[in-house]
Amino acid sequence: MKDPSASKRFDTPRSPCFDLSFLILCSSLGGPYVLLIVALLASMIAYTTPAEILAALSTREIRFSVFLSVVSSTLSAIASVWVAVPLGYVMSRYDFWGKKLVDALLDIPIVLPPLVVGLSLLILFQTPPLRWFQQFIPVTYAIPSVIIAQFAVAAAFAVRTMRVTFDQIPTRREEVALTLGCSRGGAFWRVVLPESWRGLLTAFTLAWTRSLGEFGPVLVFSGATRMRTEVLPTTVFLELSVGNLYGAVAVSLLMIVVAAVVLIVVRNWGLERP
Amino acid sequence: MIELDSITISAGSFVLRDVSLRVGSGEYAVLMGRTGCGKSTLLEVAAGLRSIQSGRVILACQDVTRLPPSQRGVGYVPQDLALFPTLTVREHLAFALHVRRMKIGTRVTELASFLGITDLLNRKPSGLSGGEAQRVALGRALSFRPPVLLLDEPLSALDEDTRGDTMDLLKRVQKHEGVTVLHVTHARSEARILADCLFVIEAGKLVEKSSGGYESNLERGDHEDHIQLPRSTSPHGRTSE
Repeated sequence: MKDPSASKRFDTPRSPCFDLSFLILCSSLGGPYVLLIVALLASMIAYTTPAEILAALSTREIRFSVFLSVVSSTLSAIASVWVAVPLGYVMSRYDFWGKKLVDALLDIPIVLPPLVVGLSLLILFQTPPLRWFQQFIPVTYAIPSVIIAQFAVAAAFAVRTMRVTFDQIPTRREEVALTLGCSRGGAFWRVVLPESWRGLLTAFTLAWTRSLGEFGPVLVFSGATRMRTEVLPTTVFLELSVGNLYGAVAVSLLMIVVAAVVLIVVRNWGLERP
Repeated sequence: MIELDSITISAGSFVLRDVSLRVGSGEYAVLMGRTGCGKSTLLEVAAGLRSIQSGRVILACQDVTRLPPSQRGVGYVPQDLALFPTLTVREHLAFALHVRRMKIGTRVTELASFLGITDLLNRKPSGLSGGEAQRVALGRALSFRPPVLLLDEPLSALDEDTRGDTMDLLKRVQKHEGVTVLHVTHARSEARILADCLFVIEAGKLVEKSSGGYESNLERGDHEDHIQLPRSTSPHGRTSE
């Protein structure tokens, strides 16, 4: 027999007043943060003019900085995806001894203070084998160090993204591919990889953006030498240090625009839940 | 033929011990049992997707126990179909032929025509109905002419009308392709219409009953997905502890 009290409990529509008050509570608690972000962007935009931005971006140093940032970020993003695809796949599909330890290790570049990552790289490249290697290809305080510093942090984000991507692809499809004649590698290549293109796009763009904004490791491992190892965050730092606030703001605005473009790309074409 | 000989599987608390099953060449076998009793697991064992603790798997008179899934020659249709979202229906039907470097020729169009999916060849899985997706999965599994077809609850997601059509299709496929079929289900109606021989897993035991004798058990059916069968009288039927 139907319980009338239960019926009443579930059939009674929720009070709109209750919903509104709860919405106001949530908005008043969370809203200030949204306002803070908007205020940050607005103040940056209002501080300068398009003419000043163009003037700042046309200087030789900043053009070099933009060029090196784009090239180094692209190379480090490619390297990040290169290691993230196999690592993410192994972490998603296989159980092995020490998996939790490897999982924790992969998070270290994310949680470690950026300066510590840079210092660790600096010390690593002073070990005898890598000092010998640097006799042939200089790394520390040279352009390769910029790419390595960016890669060290960005790859961790790419690995996380690819692991989530592979977690979302059912293993059953690979199993069917195996019965159809594929090897494990063939199933990955023919079935899993084509299906993970959104994750690949997300991993690449996140790694690229992360590389573009990397400052701490680059400062320690590559130095802040103009026209040599200067990337966009270094430029902001150098312009501020000589009191050229307009130059720093112009470069910062450029980085904000790039970040906005990446966000739009990822939101529209990338992984749904990175 | 399909023969599982004294198979023992253990995964956590789930154990199937010393289970045997034999389906003759060209026969349509239905495997039934309660949810979680291990029906799908046995299918995965036959396909080589699940490792066993002991026993042998013999398919088309060849011991394939140690062979990987790719070399077993089984067409496998899982319950969720597992169609490949990035491929068209045409690419699904040609997938195994490409991988196995077999001549494609007219196989794809013939198969599509037989399954009634010719108009869908350029579509992707996201645009298919449940019945259409079922036919594509079936075509993909049959494309390389495997001697054995394994179907895991292939009709469970279909409506009543589509289910009837698909059952007709499955029977025609068996005759047309000459394939030995092992079909897992817990629907009695499917067993009644399709089965040449019936196997039931109950309390970790597997019992076979040849087609002539299980009708009465199905009719008695005091539980929707639980069929109490007498001990096997078939020469191949075995009970196991």
